[in-house]
Amino acid sequence: MPARHLTFAVVFLLLTACPSWAEQRGQAKEQVEFGVQVAQRGLWREAIYRWERATQLDPTYAAAFNNLAVAYEQSGQLDKARAAYDKAIALEPNNQLIKQNYDLFKELNDRAAQKDGSQP
Amino acid sequence: MIERLRKTVASLSLVLACVGAQTACGGGGFVEIPIETPIAPKLDITPFQRVYVAGFLAGAGEDVDANMETVRLIRSQLRNKNILRVVDADTLPLAERALQEVGSTPSDAPAEPPAPPPAEPADTTPEGQAAAAEALEAGQLPLVREERDLEQYAKVFADTEFWKKVGEEHEQALIVTGSVLFVPHARSGFVQREQEAYDSFGRRIVTPVRTYMERKGYILRPTFVFIDGRTGEQLYSESFREEILYNANQQTPALSSYFELMDRLLPTFLNTLSAQKIRGNRVLIK
Repeated sequence: MPARHLTFAVVFLLLTACPSWAEQRGQAKEQVEFGVQVAQRGLWREAIYRWERATQLDPTYAAAFNNLAVAYEQSGQLDKARAAYDKAIALEPNNQLIKQNYDLFKELNDRAAQKDGSQP
Repeated sequence: MIERLRKTVASLSLVLACVGAQTACGGGGFVEIPIETPIAPKLDITPFQRVYVAGFLAGAGEDVDANMETVRLIRSQLRNKNILRVVDADTLPLAERALQEVGSTPSDAPAEPPAPPPAEPADTTPEGQAAAAEALEAGQLPLVREERDLEQYAKVFADTEFWKKVGEEHEQALIVTGSVLFVPHARSGFVQREQEAYDSFGRRIVTPVRTYMERKGYILRPTFVFIDGRTGEQLYSESFREEILYNANQQTPALSSYFELMDRLLPTFLNTLSAQKIRGNRVLIK
């Protein structure tokens, strides 16, 4: 009997939480899609704004973090790009697209990081 | 039985709900986009207006004068990129200077005949001495076959008094110098290559085959040293190693191999002095 109550409680919580979560994700998705559109036109600052907003709306949205990382790369903010990639990979560890982006980023970042290596 | 059926229906609806939610939340595809990442220069060159490519320590090469070719190439690249005003002056007799340093000759002392390097067995035959003198006259170091042969001369780059004087002569320019080793290289061993064949249906099949090959080519090992012409102090140095190998029967001129290898490392060299944009492609997820 208590198990049935618990199930009801869980189902109730899920049903009540879902619309607000779906709404948040819907808004974040709108921001992500708009960001992709403006990035394709070269408006990267606007894209960054949109994807930052998307990650605030839905901090579990891996695509938003991935896109944000790409935008940070484009603007030369490599530390921020790494943090965003880390977050995206933590959220979706099996996403091959994110992994592919991250591998390319690491290659570039290592090259940039060489600069401090041989200072006398 | 009914209970079991009810459970199955319940779990099926849960799966469908999850799939529905996923479709609503994402799965919108992706877009590949070109990006250009700016990489900050490794060196702050704002205190300098000019750059003087002073020359490079190089071994006596067979076909390529690595010192002069590197000077020409670096100067032309710096001019093209408009990074700093390139000083058009003769290169320094670095080989002679390096030999003096190895022989611990004081920097202010009048020029003396260069002492043979202590780490190298001196070639006492008349032919050997003549070859050494000829190499020195051409601005090259004799008896340099490997990188360690050049290492003993590297202390010339730490002689701050000497470089300060050079800087004063060239309006306190940023000085670019270093060493370049460009040597022939041969290697034999198993190489994997793809063999093309057609099956009975006429379909093309490519299979990897390991074959023993003798290959020859070149190794390029430059070290670029950046010196502050105002103080004579070394600001930064960077070493590279590039290698190219061809089939043993392929005749490739040494000079074209040299340029091919230099082409690979020039962007990184230029990134020391100016910001570079690295092109690439990334995927944006919708």
